[in-house]
Amino acid sequence: MKDMSSPPVIEAKGIGLIFQTDDGPVEALKDISLAIGRGEFVSFIGPSGCGKTTFLRAIAALEHPTSGTLTVNGMSPEEARRSRAYGYVFQAAGLYPWRTIAGNVQLPLEIMGFSRAERAERVRKVLDLVDLGGFGKKFPWQLSGGMQQRASIARALAFDADILLMDEPFGALDEIVRDRLNEELLKLWNETGKTIGFVTHSIPEAVYLSTKIVVMSPRPGRIADVIESPLPRERPLDIRDSPEFLEIAHRVREGLRAGHAYD
Amino acid sequence: MIGAWGALGFWVLATLANVWLAKRFSHNRLVQLFIPALFGVTLLVLWEGIVRGLNVSPVILPPPSMIGARIASSLPMLWTDFNQTILKGALSGYLMGCGAAVAVAVAVDRSPFLQRGLLPVGNFVAALPIVGIAPILVMWFGFDWQSKAAVVVVMVFFPVLVNMVAGLKATDALQRDQMATWSASYWQGLVKLRLPAAMPFLFNGLKIATTLALIGAIVAEFFGSPTRGMGFRISTAVGQLDLPLVWAEIAVAALAGSAFYGLVALIEKGVTFWHPSQRGRA
Ligand SMILES: Nc1ncnc2c1ncn2[C@@H]1O[C@H](COP(=O)(O)OP(=O)(O)OP(=O)(O)O)[C@@H](O)[C@H]1O
Ligand SMILES: [Mg+2]
Repeated sequence: MKDMSSPPVIEAKGIGLIFQTDDGPVEALKDISLAIGRGEFVSFIGPSGCGKTTFLRAIAALEHPTSGTLTVNGMSPEEARRSRAYGYVFQAAGLYPWRTIAGNVQLPLEIMGFSRAERAERVRKVLDLVDLGGFGKKFPWQLSGGMQQRASIARALAFDADILLMDEPFGALDEIVRDRLNEELLKLWNETGKTIGFVTHSIPEAVYLSTKIVVMSPRPGRIADVIESPLPRERPLDIRDSPEFLEIAHRVREGLRAGHAYD
Repeated sequence: MIGAWGALGFWVLATLANVWLAKRFSHNRLVQLFIPALFGVTLLVLWEGIVRGLNVSPVILPPPSMIGARIASSLPMLWTDFNQTILKGALSGYLMGCGAAVAVAVAVDRSPFLQRGLLPVGNFVAALPIVGIAPILVMWFGFDWQSKAAVVVVMVFFPVLVNMVAGLKATDALQRDQMATWSASYWQGLVKLRLPAAMPFLFNGLKIATTLALIGAIVAEFFGSPTRGMGFRISTAVGQLDLPLVWAEIAVAALAGSAFYGLVALIEKGVTFWHPSQRGRA
Protein backbone atom coordinates (compact mmCIF):
# COMPACT_ATOMS: atom_id res chain seq x y z
CA MET A 1 0.00 0.00 0.00
CA LYS A 2 1.10 3.53 -0.62
CA ASP A 3 2.81 4.91 2.41
CA MET A 4 3.87 8.54 2.50
CA SER A 5 6.07 8.17 5.57
CA SER A 6 8.46 5.54 4.13
CA PRO A 7 11.26 6.71 1.85
CA PRO A 8 10.57 6.56 -1.91
CA VAL A 9 11.35 3.36 -3.79
CA ILE A 10 12.65 5.26 -6.79
CA GLU A 11 14.08 8.72 -6.39
CA ALA A 12 15.47 10.82 -9.22
CA LYS A 13 17.12 14.16 -8.48
CA GLY A 14 18.00 16.39 -11.40
CA ILE A 15 18.70 13.53 -13.80
CA GLY A 16 20.23 14.38 -17.16
CA LEU A 17 21.21 11.85 -19.80
CA ILE A 18 23.14 12.68 -22.93
CA PHE A 19 23.83 10.08 -25.64
CA GLN A 20 27.05 10.58 -27.57
CA THR A 21 26.26 9.80 -31.19
CA ASP A 22 28.11 10.21 -34.47
CA ASP A 23 26.07 13.35 -35.19
CA GLY A 24 26.98 14.89 -31.87
CA PRO A 25 25.38 14.63 -28.44
CA VAL A 26 21.65 13.90 -28.04
CA GLU A 27 20.11 15.18 -24.85
CA ALA A 28 17.54 12.50 -24.06
CA LEU A 29 16.68 13.53 -20.50
CA LYS A 30 17.03 16.91 -18.81
CA ASP A 31 16.58 17.78 -15.16
CA ILE A 32 14.20 14.96 -14.26
CA SER A 33 13.23 14.97 -10.58
CA LEU A 34 10.69 12.48 -9.41
CA ALA A 35 9.92 10.40 -6.34
CA ILE A 36 7.95 7.18 -6.61
CA GLY A 37 6.62 5.70 -3.37
CA ARG A 38 6.19 2.06 -2.47
CA GLY A 39 3.15 0.54 -4.15
CA GLU A 40 2.55 3.39 -6.55
CA PHE A 41 1.45 2.82 -10.13
CA VAL A 42 3.20 5.48 -12.21
CA SER A 43 2.52 5.97 -15.90
CA PHE A 44 4.84 7.84 -18.25
CA ILE A 45 3.16 9.43 -21.21
CA GLY A 46 4.50 11.74 -23.90
CA PRO A 47 5.23 12.04 -27.60
CA SER A 48 7.59 9.64 -29.33
CA GLY A 49 11.25 10.31 -28.58
CA CYS A 50 10.68 12.23 -25.35
CA GLY A 51 12.78 9.82 -23.31
CA LYS A 52 10.23 7.53 -21.65
CA THR A 53 12.10 4.38 -22.56
CA THR A 54 15.41 6.00 -21.65
CA PHE A 55 14.15 6.93 -18.18
CA LEU A 56 12.78 3.45 -17.54
CA ARG A 57 16.05 1.93 -18.71
CA ALA A 58 17.99 4.26 -16.43
CA ILE A 59 15.94 3.02 -13.47
CA ALA A 60 16.84 -0.55 -14.46
CA ALA A 61 20.55 0.39 -14.84
CA LEU A 62 20.48 -0.32 -18.57
CA GLU A 63 21.42 3.33 -19.25
CA HIS A 64 23.52 5.58 -17.05
CA PRO A 65 22.51 9.16 -16.30
CA THR A 66 25.25 11.65 -17.10
CA SER A 67 24.19 13.99 -14.30
CA GLY A 68 22.03 13.99 -11.18
CA THR A 69 21.41 11.13 -8.78
CA LEU A 70 19.11 8.15 -9.08
CA THR A 71 18.46 5.73 -6.24
CA VAL A 72 16.33 2.62 -6.08
CA ASN A 73 15.44 1.29 -2.61
CA GLY A 74 18.15 3.64 -1.35
CA MET A 75 20.76 1.87 -3.51
CA SER A 76 22.32 2.63 -6.86
CA PRO A 77 20.36 1.16 -9.79
CA GLU A 78 23.15 -1.42 -10.35
CA GLU A 79 23.00 -2.62 -6.78
CA ALA A 80 19.24 -2.78 -6.92
CA ARG A 81 19.48 -4.84 -10.08
CA ARG A 82 21.92 -7.22 -8.47
CA SER A 83 19.47 -7.68 -5.61
CA ARG A 84 16.90 -8.59 -8.28
CA ALA A 85 14.59 -5.71 -7.58
CA TYR A 86 13.18 -5.43 -11.11
CA GLY A 87 10.97 -7.22 -13.52
CA TYR A 88 11.24 -5.52 -16.89
CA VAL A 89 8.76 -5.95 -19.76
CA PHE A 90 10.28 -4.63 -22.97
CA GLN A 91 8.43 -3.10 -25.90
CA ALA A 92 8.99 -6.32 -27.87
CA ALA A 93 8.31 -9.74 -26.35
CA GLY A 94 11.84 -11.03 -27.06
CA LEU A 95 11.18 -14.67 -26.23
CA TYR A 96 13.90 -17.18 -27.04
CA PRO A 97 12.70 -19.29 -29.98
CA TRP A 98 14.54 -22.42 -28.83
CA ARG A 99 12.66 -22.50 -25.55
CA THR A 100 9.03 -23.36 -25.03
CA ILE A 101 6.74 -20.76 -23.46
CA ALA A 102 7.17 -22.43 -20.09
CA GLY A 103 10.92 -22.64 -20.72
CA ASN A 104 11.03 -18.93 -21.43
CA VAL A 105 9.07 -18.01 -18.33
CA GLN A 106 11.32 -20.10 -16.14
CA LEU A 107 14.54 -18.77 -17.65
CA PRO A 108 14.97 -15.94 -15.10
CA LEU A 109 14.11 -18.45 -12.38
CA GLU A 110 16.90 -20.76 -13.58
CA ILE A 111 19.33 -17.85 -13.59
CA MET A 112 18.31 -16.83 -10.10
CA GLY A 113 18.72 -20.38 -8.83
CA PHE A 114 15.16 -21.38 -7.90
CA SER A 115 14.65 -25.10 -7.27
CA ARG A 116 13.08 -27.22 -9.97
CA ALA A 117 9.86 -27.76 -8.04
CA GLU A 118 9.48 -24.08 -7.27
CA ARG A 119 10.13 -23.16 -10.91
CA ALA A 120 7.37 -25.47 -12.11
CA GLU A 121 4.96 -24.11 -9.52
CA ARG A 122 5.66 -20.47 -10.35
CA VAL A 123 5.52 -21.02 -14.10
CA ARG A 124 2.13 -22.65 -13.74
CA LYS A 125 0.87 -19.79 -11.60
CA VAL A 126 1.97 -16.91 -13.83
CA LEU A 127 0.93 -18.62 -17.06
CA ASP A 128 -2.55 -19.06 -15.61
CA LEU A 129 -2.49 -15.41 -14.60
CA VAL A 130 -1.96 -14.23 -18.20
CA ASP A 131 -4.36 -16.87 -19.55
CA LEU A 132 -1.73 -19.00 -21.23
CA GLY A 133 -2.31 -22.04 -19.03
CA GLY A 134 -2.55 -24.52 -21.90
CA PHE A 135 0.31 -23.09 -23.95
CA GLY A 136 3.36 -23.89 -21.80
CA LYS A 137 4.63 -26.55 -24.20
CA LYS A 138 4.25 -24.43 -27.34
CA PHE A 139 7.13 -22.54 -28.89
CA PRO A 140 6.94 -18.74 -29.17
CA TRP A 141 6.73 -18.80 -32.96
CA GLN A 142 3.61 -20.95 -32.72
CA LEU A 143 1.79 -18.17 -30.84
CA SER A 144 0.27 -14.86 -31.92
CA GLY A 145 2.04 -11.59 -31.16
CA GLY A 146 -0.36 -10.78 -28.34
CA MET A 147 0.13 -14.18 -26.75
CA GLN A 148 3.89 -13.73 -26.96
CA GLN A 149 3.60 -10.37 -25.23
CA ARG A 150 1.50 -11.95 -22.47
CA ALA A 151 4.17 -14.64 -22.08
CA SER A 152 6.81 -11.95 -21.70
CA ILE A 153 4.69 -10.31 -18.97
CA ALA A 154 4.40 -13.68 -17.24
CA ARG A 155 8.17 -13.98 -17.42
CA ALA A 156 8.63 -10.61 -15.69
CA LEU A 157 6.13 -11.59 -12.98
CA ALA A 158 7.60 -15.02 -12.31
CA PHE A 159 10.31 -14.00 -9.86
CA ASP A 160 8.35 -11.64 -7.64
CA ALA A 161 10.42 -8.50 -8.04
CA ASP A 162 9.13 -5.57 -5.99
CA ILE A 163 9.37 -3.22 -8.94
CA LEU A 164 7.77 -3.91 -12.28
CA LEU A 165 8.91 -1.74 -15.20
CA MET A 166 6.78 -2.01 -18.33
CA ASP A 167 7.56 -0.30 -21.62
CA GLU A 168 4.40 -0.11 -23.74
CA PRO A 169 3.58 -3.72 -22.91
CA PHE A 170 0.14 -3.60 -24.50
CA GLY A 171 1.02 -1.37 -27.45
CA ALA A 172 0.64 -4.14 -30.01
CA LEU A 173 -2.61 -5.61 -28.68
CA ASP A 174 -6.19 -5.04 -29.75
CA GLU A 175 -8.53 -2.94 -27.65
CA ILE A 176 -10.46 -5.85 -26.08
CA VAL A 177 -7.40 -7.81 -25.03
CA ARG A 178 -5.85 -4.60 -23.82
CA ASP A 179 -8.85 -3.83 -21.58
CA ARG A 180 -8.68 -7.31 -20.10
CA LEU A 181 -4.96 -7.13 -19.46
CA ASN A 182 -5.36 -3.67 -17.93
CA GLU A 183 -7.89 -5.08 -15.51
CA GLU A 184 -5.64 -8.06 -14.78
CA LEU A 185 -2.70 -5.78 -14.18
CA LEU A 186 -4.66 -3.64 -11.72
CA LYS A 187 -5.78 -6.76 -9.90
CA LEU A 188 -2.23 -8.04 -9.73
CA TRP A 189 -0.99 -4.69 -8.49
CA ASN A 190 -3.68 -4.62 -5.81
CA GLU A 191 -2.85 -8.13 -4.67
CA THR A 192 0.92 -7.84 -4.66
CA GLY A 193 1.53 -4.21 -3.73
CA LYS A 194 4.26 -3.97 -6.38
CA THR A 195 5.60 -0.61 -7.47
CA ILE A 196 4.92 -0.24 -11.18
CA GLY A 197 6.46 2.05 -13.80
CA PHE A 198 4.43 1.92 -16.99
CA VAL A 199 5.07 3.61 -20.34
CA THR A 200 2.12 4.16 -22.64
CA HIS A 201 0.90 6.29 -25.52
CA SER A 202 -2.73 5.93 -24.54
CA ILE A 203 -4.28 8.63 -22.33
CA PRO A 204 -7.21 6.43 -21.17
CA GLU A 205 -4.85 3.62 -20.32
CA ALA A 206 -2.62 5.93 -18.30
CA VAL A 207 -5.55 7.44 -16.40
CA TYR A 208 -7.26 4.12 -15.81
CA LEU A 209 -4.19 2.41 -14.36
CA SER A 210 -2.20 5.03 -12.52
CA THR A 211 -1.96 6.59 -9.11
CA LYS A 212 0.44 9.07 -10.66
CA ILE A 213 0.76 10.22 -14.26
CA VAL A 214 4.02 11.73 -15.45
CA VAL A 215 3.54 13.78 -18.62
CA MET A 216 6.77 14.27 -20.56
CA SER A 217 7.75 16.61 -23.37
CA PRO A 218 10.46 16.15 -25.98
CA ARG A 219 13.83 17.64 -27.00
CA PRO A 220 15.23 17.50 -24.43
CA GLY A 221 13.01 15.07 -22.50
CA ARG A 222 11.58 16.85 -19.47
CA ILE A 223 8.68 16.39 -17.10
CA ALA A 224 5.84 18.68 -18.17
CA ASP A 225 3.35 17.73 -15.46
CA VAL A 226 2.88 15.23 -12.65
CA ILE A 227 -0.74 14.38 -11.91
CA GLU A 228 -1.74 12.59 -8.70
CA SER A 229 -4.86 10.63 -9.50
CA PRO A 230 -7.82 11.00 -7.13
CA LEU A 231 -9.38 7.76 -8.41
CA PRO A 232 -9.82 4.95 -5.85
CA ARG A 233 -7.63 1.85 -6.01
CA GLU A 234 -10.59 -0.32 -6.94
CA ARG A 235 -11.38 0.58 -10.53
CA PRO A 236 -14.07 -1.13 -12.56
CA LEU A 237 -13.72 -0.60 -16.33
CA ASP A 238 -16.73 1.73 -16.42
CA ILE A 239 -14.94 4.21 -14.17
CA ARG A 240 -13.67 5.47 -17.49
CA ASP A 241 -16.99 7.21 -18.07
CA SER A 242 -16.97 9.03 -14.73
CA PRO A 243 -16.46 12.83 -14.59
CA GLU A 244 -13.32 12.51 -12.45
CA PHE A 245 -11.78 10.24 -15.03
CA LEU A 246 -12.56 12.58 -17.88
CA GLU A 247 -11.19 15.51 -15.94
CA ILE A 248 -7.82 13.81 -15.38
CA ALA A 249 -7.72 12.74 -19.01
CA HIS A 250 -8.33 16.35 -19.98
CA ARG A 251 -5.48 17.54 -17.80
CA VAL A 252 -3.12 14.94 -19.32
CA ARG A 253 -4.10 16.10 -22.79
CA GLU A 254 -3.43 19.71 -21.84
CA GLY A 255 -0.03 18.72 -20.47
CA LEU A 256 0.86 16.94 -23.73
CA ARG A 257 -0.28 19.94 -25.75
CA ALA A 258 1.75 22.37 -23.64
CA GLY A 259 4.82 20.17 -24.14
CA HIS A 260 4.38 20.36 -27.88
CA ALA A 261 3.96 24.13 -27.86
CA TYR A 262 7.40 24.32 -26.29
CA ASP A 263 9.35 23.51 -29.50
CA MET B 1 26.41 -47.66 -81.15
CA ILE B 2 23.14 -49.43 -80.33
CA GLY B 3 23.99 -49.20 -76.66
CA ALA B 4 24.47 -45.44 -76.82
CA TRP B 5 21.15 -44.91 -78.60
CA GLY B 6 19.39 -47.26 -76.22
CA ALA B 7 20.80 -45.32 -73.28
CA LEU B 8 19.71 -42.01 -74.78
CA GLY B 9 16.22 -43.40 -75.32
CA PHE B 10 16.06 -44.59 -71.73
CA TRP B 11 17.22 -41.17 -70.57
CA VAL B 12 14.45 -39.40 -72.48
CA LEU B 13 11.77 -41.80 -71.20
CA ALA B 14 12.99 -41.59 -67.62
CA THR B 15 13.10 -37.80 -67.72
CA LEU B 16 9.54 -37.66 -69.04
CA ALA B 17 8.49 -40.05 -66.27
CA ASN B 18 10.20 -37.89 -63.68
CA VAL B 19 8.59 -34.68 -64.90
CA TRP B 20 5.20 -36.35 -64.85
CA LEU B 21 5.74 -37.77 -61.36
CA ALA B 22 7.01 -34.46 -60.03
CA LYS B 23 3.89 -32.74 -61.35
CA ARG B 24 1.36 -35.27 -60.18
CA PHE B 25 2.69 -36.54 -56.87
CA SER B 26 5.09 -33.89 -55.64
CA HIS B 27 3.64 -34.10 -52.11
CA ASN B 28 4.05 -37.82 -51.73
CA ARG B 29 7.12 -38.66 -49.64
CA LEU B 30 7.86 -41.88 -51.46
CA VAL B 31 7.75 -40.11 -54.80
CA GLN B 32 9.99 -37.40 -53.40
CA LEU B 33 12.60 -40.08 -52.74
CA PHE B 34 11.92 -41.95 -55.96
CA ILE B 35 12.50 -38.98 -58.27
CA PRO B 36 16.18 -38.37 -57.42
CA ALA B 37 16.75 -42.14 -57.33
CA LEU B 38 15.36 -42.50 -60.84
CA PHE B 39 17.46 -39.55 -61.92
CA GLY B 40 20.59 -41.23 -60.55
CA VAL B 41 19.80 -44.52 -62.23
CA THR B 42 19.23 -42.67 -65.49
CA LEU B 43 22.68 -41.12 -65.29
CA LEU B 44 24.26 -44.53 -64.66
CA VAL B 45 22.40 -46.11 -67.59
CA LEU B 46 23.42 -43.24 -69.82
CA TRP B 47 27.03 -43.55 -68.70
CA GLU B 48 27.07 -47.33 -69.22
CA GLY B 49 25.41 -47.10 -72.62
CA ILE B 50 27.64 -44.38 -73.98
CA VAL B 51 30.90 -45.87 -72.69
CA ARG B 52 30.06 -49.32 -74.08
CA GLY B 53 28.42 -48.06 -77.25
CA LEU B 54 31.35 -45.80 -78.17
CA ASN B 55 33.96 -48.33 -76.97
CA VAL B 56 35.59 -45.88 -74.60
CA SER B 57 38.76 -47.32 -73.07
CA PRO B 58 38.33 -48.25 -69.37
CA VAL B 59 41.48 -46.22 -68.66
CA ILE B 60 39.63 -43.10 -69.74
CA LEU B 61 36.28 -43.99 -68.20
CA PRO B 62 35.24 -47.44 -67.04
CA PRO B 63 31.51 -48.26 -67.23
CA PRO B 64 29.62 -48.33 -63.91
CA SER B 65 29.16 -52.11 -64.13
CA MET B 66 32.92 -52.58 -64.15
CA ILE B 67 33.29 -50.23 -61.16
CA GLY B 68 30.52 -52.12 -59.39
CA ALA B 69 32.26 -55.42 -60.02
CA ARG B 70 35.52 -53.99 -58.70
CA ILE B 71 33.80 -52.74 -55.55
CA ALA B 72 32.23 -56.15 -54.98
CA SER B 73 35.54 -57.98 -55.46
CA SER B 74 37.61 -55.74 -53.18
CA LEU B 75 35.30 -55.08 -50.25
CA PRO B 76 37.82 -56.01 -47.51
CA MET B 77 40.43 -53.71 -49.03
CA LEU B 78 37.95 -50.86 -49.43
CA TRP B 79 36.91 -51.32 -45.82
CA THR B 80 40.53 -51.17 -44.64
CA ASP B 81 41.07 -47.96 -46.61
CA PHE B 82 37.80 -46.47 -45.37
CA ASN B 83 38.73 -47.27 -41.80
CA GLN B 84 42.21 -45.78 -42.20
CA THR B 85 41.26 -42.59 -44.05
CA ILE B 86 37.70 -41.74 -43.06
CA LEU B 87 37.31 -43.08 -39.55
CA LYS B 88 40.85 -42.59 -38.26
CA GLY B 89 42.08 -39.64 -40.33
CA ALA B 90 39.09 -37.54 -41.27
CA LEU B 91 36.69 -38.18 -38.40
CA SER B 92 39.18 -37.83 -35.55
CA GLY B 93 40.67 -34.72 -37.16
CA TYR B 94 37.18 -33.31 -37.69
CA LEU B 95 36.19 -33.83 -34.07
CA MET B 96 39.43 -32.35 -32.73
CA GLY B 97 39.48 -29.43 -35.17
CA CYS B 98 35.84 -28.48 -34.68
CA GLY B 99 36.04 -28.91 -30.92
CA ALA B 100 39.13 -26.71 -30.75
CA ALA B 101 37.53 -24.12 -33.02
CA VAL B 102 34.45 -23.83 -30.82
CA ALA B 103 36.56 -23.50 -27.67
CA VAL B 104 38.81 -20.88 -29.27
CA ALA B 105 35.76 -19.01 -30.59
CA VAL B 106 34.42 -18.66 -27.05
CA ALA B 107 37.82 -17.39 -25.89
CA VAL B 108 38.13 -15.02 -28.85
CA ASP B 109 34.65 -13.72 -28.17
CA ARG B 110 35.54 -12.93 -24.60
CA SER B 111 38.82 -11.21 -25.31
CA PRO B 112 39.08 -8.33 -27.79
CA PHE B 113 42.85 -8.83 -27.76
CA LEU B 114 42.53 -12.38 -29.12
CA GLN B 115 39.95 -11.20 -31.59
CA ARG B 116 42.38 -8.72 -33.08
CA GLY B 117 45.44 -10.95 -32.74
CA LEU B 118 44.22 -14.45 -33.44
CA LEU B 119 41.68 -14.02 -36.22
CA PRO B 120 44.20 -12.56 -38.72
CA VAL B 121 46.66 -15.35 -37.90
CA GLY B 122 43.90 -17.91 -38.38
CA ASN B 123 43.05 -16.24 -41.65
CA PHE B 124 46.67 -16.54 -42.73
CA VAL B 125 46.86 -20.24 -41.82
CA ALA B 126 43.61 -20.90 -43.65
CA ALA B 127 45.06 -19.31 -46.77
CA LEU B 128 48.02 -21.75 -46.82
CA PRO B 129 47.53 -24.33 -49.59
CA ILE B 130 46.97 -27.87 -48.36
CA VAL B 131 49.64 -29.28 -50.70
CA GLY B 132 52.12 -27.07 -48.86
CA ILE B 133 51.21 -27.92 -45.30
CA ALA B 134 50.45 -31.61 -45.80
CA PRO B 135 54.09 -32.72 -46.42
CA ILE B 136 55.24 -30.69 -43.43
CA LEU B 137 52.63 -32.19 -41.14
CA VAL B 138 53.52 -35.68 -42.42
CA MET B 139 57.11 -34.96 -41.41
CA TRP B 140 56.01 -33.85 -37.96
CA PHE B 141 53.43 -36.49 -37.13
CA GLY B 142 54.63 -39.53 -39.09
CA PHE B 143 53.11 -41.57 -41.93
CA ASP B 144 50.15 -43.00 -40.06
CA TRP B 145 46.70 -41.46 -39.57
CA GLN B 146 47.89 -38.93 -36.97
CA SER B 147 49.43 -36.69 -39.63
CA LYS B 148 46.22 -36.93 -41.72
CA ALA B 149 44.17 -35.94 -38.71
CA ALA B 150 46.53 -32.99 -38.22
CA VAL B 151 45.95 -31.83 -41.80
CA VAL B 152 42.20 -32.14 -41.26
CA VAL B 153 42.44 -30.14 -38.04
CA VAL B 154 44.20 -27.32 -39.87
CA MET B 155 41.63 -27.38 -42.67
CA VAL B 156 38.43 -27.44 -40.63
CA PHE B 157 39.57 -25.17 -37.82
CA PHE B 158 39.22 -21.81 -39.48
CA PRO B 159 35.81 -22.09 -41.19
CA VAL B 160 34.30 -23.37 -37.96
CA LEU B 161 36.04 -20.68 -35.92
CA VAL B 162 34.81 -17.85 -38.14
CA ASN B 163 31.25 -19.13 -38.16
CA MET B 164 31.21 -19.67 -34.42
CA VAL B 165 32.62 -16.22 -33.68
CA ALA B 166 29.92 -14.70 -35.89
CA GLY B 167 27.30 -16.87 -34.18
CA LEU B 168 28.31 -15.74 -30.72
CA LYS B 169 27.63 -12.17 -31.80
CA ALA B 170 24.24 -13.06 -33.25
CA THR B 171 22.17 -12.07 -30.23
CA ASP B 172 20.31 -8.78 -30.36
CA ALA B 173 20.46 -5.94 -27.87
CA LEU B 174 17.04 -6.77 -26.45
CA GLN B 175 18.08 -10.32 -25.54
CA ARG B 176 21.27 -9.08 -23.88
CA ASP B 177 19.33 -6.40 -21.97
CA GLN B 178 16.98 -9.07 -20.65
CA MET B 179 19.90 -11.10 -19.38
CA ALA B 180 21.20 -7.93 -17.72
CA THR B 181 17.92 -7.21 -15.92
CA TRP B 182 18.07 -10.73 -14.46
CA SER B 183 21.69 -10.10 -13.38
CA ALA B 184 22.88 -13.15 -15.29
CA SER B 185 26.58 -13.98 -14.98
CA TYR B 186 28.81 -14.21 -18.04
CA TRP B 187 28.57 -18.00 -18.08
CA GLN B 188 24.80 -18.00 -17.65
CA GLY B 189 24.50 -15.60 -20.56
CA LEU B 190 26.80 -17.81 -22.62
CA VAL B 191 25.06 -21.10 -21.90
CA LYS B 192 21.46 -19.92 -21.91
CA LEU B 193 21.54 -17.32 -24.65
CA ARG B 194 24.62 -17.01 -26.80
CA LEU B 195 25.48 -20.65 -27.42
CA PRO B 196 21.95 -21.61 -28.48
CA ALA B 197 21.74 -18.49 -30.65
CA ALA B 198 25.05 -19.43 -32.29
CA MET B 199 23.97 -22.93 -33.34
CA PRO B 200 22.66 -22.10 -36.84
CA PHE B 201 25.98 -20.39 -37.59
CA LEU B 202 28.03 -23.20 -36.08
CA PHE B 203 26.26 -25.82 -38.18
CA ASN B 204 26.98 -23.86 -41.35
CA GLY B 205 30.66 -24.17 -40.48
CA LEU B 206 30.35 -27.81 -39.47
CA LYS B 207 28.72 -28.72 -42.79
CA ILE B 208 31.42 -26.99 -44.83
CA ALA B 209 34.02 -28.72 -42.67
CA THR B 210 32.74 -32.24 -43.54
CA THR B 211 33.79 -31.82 -47.16
CA LEU B 212 37.10 -30.22 -46.21
CA ALA B 213 37.87 -33.05 -43.77
CA LEU B 214 37.44 -35.65 -46.50
CA ILE B 215 39.56 -33.78 -49.00
CA GLY B 216 42.26 -33.16 -46.40
CA ALA B 217 42.47 -36.76 -45.24
CA ILE B 218 42.65 -38.19 -48.77
CA VAL B 219 45.06 -35.66 -50.25
CA ALA B 220 47.41 -35.80 -47.25
CA GLU B 221 48.02 -39.48 -48.00
CA PHE B 222 49.61 -38.54 -51.32
CA PHE B 223 52.55 -37.21 -49.29
CA GLY B 224 53.30 -40.38 -47.40
CA SER B 225 51.21 -43.05 -45.72
CA PRO B 226 51.33 -46.69 -44.65
CA THR B 227 50.29 -49.13 -47.40
CA ARG B 228 46.61 -48.53 -46.89
CA GLY B 229 44.23 -45.61 -47.08
CA MET B 230 42.05 -44.17 -49.82
CA GLY B 231 44.53 -41.54 -50.97
CA PHE B 232 47.36 -44.06 -51.00
CA ARG B 233 45.21 -46.52 -52.98
CA ILE B 234 44.16 -43.94 -55.51
CA SER B 235 47.71 -42.78 -56.20
CA THR B 236 49.10 -46.32 -56.54
CA ALA B 237 46.15 -47.57 -58.63
CA VAL B 238 46.61 -44.67 -61.04
CA GLY B 239 50.25 -45.71 -61.40
CA GLN B 240 49.11 -49.26 -62.30
CA LEU B 241 46.40 -47.98 -64.67
CA ASP B 242 43.86 -49.79 -62.47
CA LEU B 243 41.19 -47.15 -63.09
CA PRO B 244 38.24 -49.25 -61.94
CA LEU B 245 39.86 -49.37 -58.49
CA VAL B 246 40.37 -45.59 -58.54
CA TRP B 247 36.71 -45.16 -59.35
CA ALA B 248 35.73 -47.65 -56.68
CA GLU B 249 37.60 -45.56 -54.10
CA ILE B 250 35.98 -42.42 -55.45
CA ALA B 251 32.57 -44.04 -55.11
CA VAL B 252 33.31 -44.94 -51.49
CA ALA B 253 34.55 -41.40 -50.83
CA ALA B 254 31.43 -39.90 -52.39
CA LEU B 255 29.15 -42.15 -50.35
CA ALA B 256 31.08 -41.47 -47.15
CA GLY B 257 31.07 -37.73 -47.84
CA SER B 258 27.33 -37.63 -48.47
CA ALA B 259 26.63 -39.74 -45.40
CA PHE B 260 28.88 -37.53 -43.28
CA TYR B 261 27.22 -34.34 -44.53
CA GLY B 262 23.78 -35.87 -44.15
CA LEU B 263 24.50 -36.89 -40.58
CA VAL B 264 25.62 -33.37 -39.64
CA ALA B 265 22.57 -31.90 -41.40
CA LEU B 266 20.34 -34.30 -39.47
CA ILE B 267 21.86 -33.26 -36.15
CA GLU B 268 21.47 -29.64 -37.21
CA LYS B 269 17.80 -30.21 -37.82
CA GLY B 270 17.40 -31.55 -34.31
CA VAL B 271 19.40 -28.78 -32.66
CA THR B 272 18.14 -25.74 -34.60
CA PHE B 273 14.53 -26.85 -35.09
CA TRP B 274 13.49 -23.39 -33.89
CA HIS B 275 15.31 -21.45 -36.58
CA PRO B 276 13.16 -20.01 -39.39
CA SER B 277 15.22 -21.92 -41.97
CA GLN B 278 14.27 -25.25 -40.32
CA ARG B 279 10.72 -24.58 -39.12
CA GLY B 280 9.03 -25.01 -42.49
CA ARG B 281 10.32 -28.54 -43.02
CA ALA B 282 8.58 -30.90 -40.68
N1 LIG C 1 21.19 4.29 -27.60
C1 LIG C 1 20.90 5.52 -28.04
N2 LIG C 1 21.84 6.26 -28.67
C2 LIG C 1 21.56 7.51 -29.09
N3 LIG C 1 20.38 8.12 -28.94
C3 LIG C 1 19.41 7.45 -28.32
C4 LIG C 1 19.61 6.11 -27.84
N4 LIG C 1 18.47 5.68 -27.28
C5 LIG C 1 17.59 6.71 -27.40
N5 LIG C 1 18.14 7.77 -28.02
C6 LIG C 1 17.52 9.05 -28.28
O1 LIG C 1 16.97 9.52 -27.07
C7 LIG C 1 15.71 10.10 -27.26
C8 LIG C 1 14.67 9.43 -26.38
O2 LIG C 1 14.48 8.10 -26.81
P1 LIG C 1 13.46 7.11 -26.10
O3 LIG C 1 13.63 5.76 -26.73
O4 LIG C 1 13.66 7.17 -24.64
O5 LIG C 1 12.04 7.72 -26.51
P2 LIG C 1 10.59 7.21 -26.13
O6 LIG C 1 9.94 8.30 -25.35
O7 LIG C 1 10.64 5.89 -25.50
O8 LIG C 1 9.91 7.13 -27.56
P3 LIG C 1 8.81 6.09 -28.10
O9 LIG C 1 7.50 6.52 -27.57
O10 LIG C 1 8.88 6.24 -29.58
O11 LIG C 1 9.20 4.72 -27.65
C9 LIG C 1 15.40 9.98 -28.74
O12 LIG C 1 15.69 11.24 -29.34
C10 LIG C 1 16.35 8.93 -29.22
O13 LIG C 1 16.75 9.22 -30.55
MG1 LIG D 1 10.06 3.90 -26.10
